[in-house]
Formats: sequence, C-alpha cells, structure tokens
Amino acid sequence: MLTIGPTYVFYLLPLLIAVSVVFGATRRESPAEIVKHGWQTARWLIGFVLIIASVLAIVGWWRG
Amino acid sequence: MTAGPTRRNTLPRGDAADSSRRPRNRPGSDTSNTIDADGPNTIEVDGRIVDLRNRSLAALLAWAVPGWGHFYQGRRTKAAIFFVVIMATWLSGFLIGGGNVVYASWQPGDRRWQFIPQAAVGLAAVPALIEGKRMNDYTDRRTGRTVAGYRPLFGGPMAPPYRPVGETTADQVADWYAARGAGYEMGTWYTIIAGLLNVLVIYDAFGGPSNTPISGPKRSRRRDAADEDPDGDPDAANAPTEDRGKPATTIGT
Repeated sequence: MLTIGPTYVFYLLPLLIAVSVVFGATRRESPAEIVKHGWQTARWLIGFVLIIASVLAIVGWWRG
Repeated sequence: MTAGPTRRNTLPRGDAADSSRRPRNRPGSDTSNTIDADGPNTIEVDGRIVDLRNRSLAALLAWAVPGWGHFYQGRRTKAAIFFVVIMATWLSGFLIGGGNVVYASWQPGDRRWQFIPQAAVGLAAVPALIEGKRMNDYTDRRTGRTVAGYRPLFGGPMAPPYRPVGETTADQVADWYAARGAGYEMGTWYTIIAGLLNVLVIYDAFGGPSNTPISGPKRSRRRDAADEDPDGDPDAANAPTEDRGKPATTIGT
C-alpha cells in the first residue's frame, strides 16, 4: 500500500474537502446544514477509503 | 398572491412526482404575502423558500461559471462556495499538471476522454477547444503529424501534444509525465473531479437540492417519521431542528 508514497495521500486531502463541501451544498440550503452534511460526507469518504486501503494492504501482505 | 390551477399544472412532470422538490407550504408558515409558493419554479428546502427563476438559464449559467447560476437565483452563499471550491480545485489541478492536463484531442493513440468531464467546468475549458481546433488544422491528414509552422495560440497551456501520439512512443505526453510525475496524474484527476462536481452544481441550479440523507441514522429517522405519519411531510425529519415549526424564509426574490 505504501508503494504509492505519502505524496498521493496529501493530494487526497484537498479533494476530500472539495467533494464534501460541494456534496453538502448541493443537498442543503442552510449554511449550518451544509456544514453538517459536508462533515457526514467527509466521514463516509474517509471510512470508505480506509476500508479499501485495508483490504488492499491485507491482500498485499497475504500475497507476499 | 394565490396560484390558480393552471399555474399548478405547469409543474414539470418530474417535480410533480418528487415530493422533496414539490412546492408546498410548511404548516404554520405564511408565505402568501411574500412569494407565490405554488409557482412552478419555487421550492422549499431547510425551511427556506427558494425561487429558482428560469431554471434552464440558471443551469446554463452554472455550467458557464461554477456558482453563476446560483448567483442569478439569489443563492449567494452557495454561489460563493461553488465558485471558490470548484475553481480552486480545477486551477490547482491545472497548475500542478503544468497546464497540460486539460486539452481536447480525439486522435488515434490520444483519445482524451478526460476532457469530457473537465469541460463540465464551463468557460474555463473553452480555450482547450480552440487549441484543439487549431491543432487539427495544423495536422497532416495523410501522415497524422503536426505540420511545421504550428504554434499554440496561448503559449502552450491547453494545447494538445504535438502529433503523432502513441501508447508506446516517446512523444510530448511522455515528456509531460516525465516532467511532472505524480503531479500530471493528480492534476488530471483534480480537473476531472472539479468538472464532475460542477455537474452536481448544475443539477442543483436546475432542480434545487436533492436533500437526500446519505447514511443510516438520518435515513432511519426519516423512515420512522413516515411510519408515524404516512400523510405528513416526508422531509419533516430532515428539516433543521431549530427551523421546525418556524415560517420559511425567502431566497431569490
């Protein structure tokens, strides 16, 4: 998993913020609700990425 | 102002079928003096009544410049959010890719499908079309090579690579990859994702927020509310807690 280097992980952060904010703002109208929905989206995305990364790490470890 | 039956019948079919975007008054709200809440382009979300005005024009403006459609509708906070976030993402990708990640080309060996989502960001991508057309004019149709005398109009950014371009040949695309490394790849993805995000924004300008819960707890709360009151407002559980029972505010009039 780490063969991609930490650089790619840093590239992920601005995308995570942009996607979460736009996703929240296209589903809500009130600023407070936009922030709340954006935060939920960010948590969901982080969880999804971590699960996929974990699966890939396990598969990589298992295949040696 | 009271809306007559004729006005109601002008509701687009999709909106009429979707209760989350159907114009309606919240219980206890008095919108009769402020807005025609039954108008075909008026929606209510999060306790706010939003006039979408000319929805097609708003969608077109939202494509042209992210946030412009919302600005036209008077949704200025969201307009600012969309403009800043999407243009920052698109420009960041453009810059870390060296200005060469956005170009229009549909040649053998260089079918740039990435330009399709990138172009969803609107006018910012139009120079790539102009450069692409210019490159086509300077391409020998028989050999597929760029002819002598070709110069990019804008000094290089958004211009397609010199032809021919192939999967296994050392061409200008290979030079760009070599010069930027991960930056070229990530720059391409940044600009693609910015374009795809603007598709959501265009939809929001045209039809309003989709207002859909994204995960378990909110969805089950909504289902519980629907079970308790089958005839009630299906979005009541989604309304901001502090706004429940309050009159809706008006945006975009």
